[in-house]
Amino acid sequence: MSQAEAAPVGAVTVDSVPVRKRIWTLGLFRSELVTTFRRWRTLALLAVLAGVPILVGIAVKIETSGDSPAAGGGGGGPAFIAQITNNGLFLVFTALAATLPFFLPMAVGVVAGDAIAGEASAGTLRYLLVAPAGRTRLLLTKYAATMTFCLVATLVVAATALATGALLFPLGDVVTISGTRIGFGEGLVRALLIALVVAASLVGIAALGLFVSTLTNSGIAAMATTVGLLITVQILDQIPQLHAIQPYLFSHRWLSFADLMREPVYWDDLVKNLGLQGLYAAVFGSAAWARFTAKDITA
Amino acid sequence: MAASTAGESVIETRALTKRYGGGQLAVDGLDLTVPAGSVFGFLGPNGSGKTTTIRMLMGLIAPTSGAARVLGEPMPRATRTVLPHVGALIEGPALYGYLSGRDNLIRYDSADPAADPRTRRARVATALDRVGLTAAAGKKAKAYSLGMKQRLGLAAALLQPRRLLVLDEPTNGLDPQGMREIRSLVRELASDGTTVFLSSHLLDEIEQVCTHAAVMARGRLLTQGPVAELAAGARGRLVVTTPDPGDAARVLKERGVADLTVTDDGVTGEPPAPGTDLADLNAALVAAGVRVRGFGVERASLEDAFVALTGEGFDVAG
Repeated sequence: MSQAEAAPVGAVTVDSVPVRKRIWTLGLFRSELVTTFRRWRTLALLAVLAGVPILVGIAVKIETSGDSPAAGGGGGGPAFIAQITNNGLFLVFTALAATLPFFLPMAVGVVAGDAIAGEASAGTLRYLLVAPAGRTRLLLTKYAATMTFCLVATLVVAATALATGALLFPLGDVVTISGTRIGFGEGLVRALLIALVVAASLVGIAALGLFVSTLTNSGIAAMATTVGLLITVQILDQIPQLHAIQPYLFSHRWLSFADLMREPVYWDDLVKNLGLQGLYAAVFGSAAWARFTAKDITA
Repeated sequence: MAASTAGESVIETRALTKRYGGGQLAVDGLDLTVPAGSVFGFLGPNGSGKTTTIRMLMGLIAPTSGAARVLGEPMPRATRTVLPHVGALIEGPALYGYLSGRDNLIRYDSADPAADPRTRRARVATALDRVGLTAAAGKKAKAYSLGMKQRLGLAAALLQPRRLLVLDEPTNGLDPQGMREIRSLVRELASDGTTVFLSSHLLDEIEQVCTHAAVMARGRLLTQGPVAELAAGARGRLVVTTPDPGDAARVLKERGVADLTVTDDGVTGEPPAPGTDLADLNAALVAAGVRVRGFGVERASLEDAFVALTGEGFDVAG
């Protein structure tokens, strides 16, 4: 801790061998997380995400408090919304279903798109690379940090929803889509599983955003492109004539997480979704690597 | 540390060439040799290819052809082993505005896989102290003045003891006091055996601190060598201060002094050939009734050398 440690030359007797040995230390990853989560922008995105379940919960409460509690089951709205009044745990599922099509991937698109391009436009990329962070190491760190953000963002939505649901509505046994009844503890486990699957569903757009981020020196352009691609894909997914390509769109099976609420769990679409996300990660991850490791850093 | 590399070159390029996508030739067949232990000034007008060269040396840009070796290793292939020994300030500092000065350095130190995380805080504190930023270390970097940012950039370059420091315009944005401090820091580092590669457009800065220099224009290397030799390459001027410039010019012309320029209060011309004693020239002027106030040969500055080489003023973009 003290100055006594500052002097030793031990860290300096570097030749290739110790450098190679320590190349995969987690120091850069930790620094990346600190840098990401200390930004006001990141905190603002998380705050917006946390606001969605609170709004939904309050809206449902107001909607149903006038009528008799049982009459809340209207037709529209995100999945599971009708069951919230009976069991606050369903607010978790509703909130995830409401944020997954747009809010969550938009937040991930902002963080992923900014990953490399933001450093380039600030000029900090050149200093990270001469430090030397190493291009592959930096890219992997950025991807790992982006996926951590996916997980944190999803958990923020789920946790706020659980807290809001517990405050406003009764908790208890959960009725699955299949009509069977499972205990509250089991329901919580399912909720956590669903949150993890939702976070994993964002892996594809994270890889896409990272690839876009290696193409430009403007963080804003990369973020806008990634969010624009998200909107485009969501629109394409709605056009019936395009059903041939729809299974390959990264958002096509996002809502399959609801299958975890069946008894027994219906795995088919879930597995297909995770496979598709893996494919996107592999394809766009490789593309980002090929681009970034060969790129002239002129910013 | 310098002993191991003494006599070798720290930077060596062979026909290093960079052509950008648009077909623009930024660096053209550069053969640069930076001797170990030198303070090497890298001069050239804006757009002459200095920054592209520095970026190639740091492995940020791949050369179109030719080769570059830094600390004896080929770049950009050996970035991982070479760059921990190199501190760099390239095209001004770049900082995370939302982090404090100290946290900026911690971030850059974390990026170096050769840096021991256990001594990170102490290293950062030492570097901050060295550039005089300890008091402002907790402030957010976006609140820093340009001079403070420049110092923080220098601190990042000094996180580790380095064998080579690459400083691109290090005194940019600093006040005269700050400039002096940076120059004395450069001298101090050089006396510890660190080779300093310093790009600058301030000729007197190069003249003050550098032992060697190279001059670039339009992507080509015009000359390189010890600063004293470069300045000697450009001939000085014979300067006679007198209230009788007309008479003085006539006498000097008779004595074979060429390239005479007559001004209101004197005459300048090429210095006489080595065979002629300057004292005889002065005596001849006085004997002819010319009242001489001042007489002598002004040493050529690096700026004269530069103008002689490029044939143009210094601020003309290539």
